[in-house]
Amino acid sequence: MALGRPIGILLAKELRTEFRTRELLVSTLVFVLIVLVLFSFTFDPTTAESRRFGPGLLWLALLFAGSLMLHPSFTREQSNDTLVALRLAPIEPVSIVAAKILANFCFLLVAELVLLPVFAALYNLRLLPVLGRLVAVLVLGTLALSIVGTVFAAISSQARMRELLLPLLLLPLLTPALVASVEATAGLFEDRPALPAVWVGVLAAFDTIFLTVTWLFGEYLLEE
Amino acid sequence: MQADSASHARGGLGLQFIEFAKRYGARFALRGVSLAIAPGECVALVGPNGSGKTTLLKAAALLIRPTAGRVQFCSASAKGTGPNTNDDSCVIKRYIGFVSHSTLLYDDLTAEENLVLFARLYGLDAPDDRARAALDPAGLAARHKDLVRNFSRGMRQRLAIARALLAGPKLLLLDEPSTGLDRSGHQWLGAALANLAAAGSTVLMSTHGAGQASACVTRAIRLLGGSIAEDSAVCGDPRAMLAAALAAHQEA
Repeated sequence: MALGRPIGILLAKELRTEFRTRELLVSTLVFVLIVLVLFSFTFDPTTAESRRFGPGLLWLALLFAGSLMLHPSFTREQSNDTLVALRLAPIEPVSIVAAKILANFCFLLVAELVLLPVFAALYNLRLLPVLGRLVAVLVLGTLALSIVGTVFAAISSQARMRELLLPLLLLPLLTPALVASVEATAGLFEDRPALPAVWVGVLAAFDTIFLTVTWLFGEYLLEE
Repeated sequence: MQADSASHARGGLGLQFIEFAKRYGARFALRGVSLAIAPGECVALVGPNGSGKTTLLKAAALLIRPTAGRVQFCSASAKGTGPNTNDDSCVIKRYIGFVSHSTLLYDDLTAEENLVLFARLYGLDAPDDRARAALDPAGLAARHKDLVRNFSRGMRQRLAIARALLAGPKLLLLDEPSTGLDRSGHQWLGAALANLAAAGSTVLMSTHGAGQASACVTRAIRLLGGSIAEDSAVCGDPRAMLAAALAAHQEA
């Protein structure tokens, strides 16, 4: 079976399960909204200051969202050993990981869809003039977060102290992608908005490298 | 209740463990097991807890990599098939059904959605029809729209067995499949296994010796400490070994 079909089937299953239970989305959104509101009280949200701090705070909030959302993606397969059922199926094991990455990517994008207007309102930023370019940065940055986060969620799900392990593994590896995302976003909120090609290039390269590594070694992530 | 689960199976898939060893940390779960199971055999694995029954079943399901040795599959048409690559594994997995200790079912999907999901993953034609057809003999047709989380243990076990039978396996692996089943569930399972055996499918199951599922057993193997202690194919009567296993289980 080609990769596309099982990925589609498993992605549909992930979305159906999440939108039925809303376990991840609701709790993550509530938590991240609280973080953004608290940040807005901590920093005076005048336009100049928002331009300096805003992108960093936005990506910090998205990192928190990712940490919360990514951890259960494999641990909730453990309750009835459903991951074993997927491994028994005649599909490439990497398609299971790919479906998880895509599902987490979709969930994070939904969270961003809710967060962005709140972020713009709280930090007095105008999104509309840079919306297209901002979406491009968000997509690349969120993909990086989803790929690395899903891979390490798979690794940490079989370890003791897994709740602690995921952020510990995630943060160092995500640092280049986070720096690039913050810098690219900051460029969009300058007086003369511009999308820094270097940082977008770093993000694209990061995504390509980690997608390739996951494709090559993804099957080993699921073994006992 | 009917048991028409064998309608898609044509002939069995045999398997051969060659010096198969599996170690978890410092402990060996299997110690160089060599065992050949011919297509169409119905083999019961007996033995005390921790003797390696589940590990052997997982190895047959290609769920674990061996520490040493290997497992080979053969059918009447092709002997000594891999699996050497992922493509080989995918082809072999298509013919394997597995009932585990856990149900391997999604609690937040309905009974029908679970079966449709796996029918699609196995590339079966008309997955919705296949799912409905599988629910009926399992006695779950009336509850097909219910979430699995609302099912009793016995109903989950029926659904887990229906899931394993969905693709008409040529090799069915069962890990104590009678767990949680009531009398009619036992009868259904026994009839389903008899149908599979009649269609020539190979069955390998761990059991404590009781229940209708053991009725079709043609060979019994007793494991002890990760090694084969007794094989009815070499010496002995499978019925006597099953009776001894049941007595030992009840004593424990």
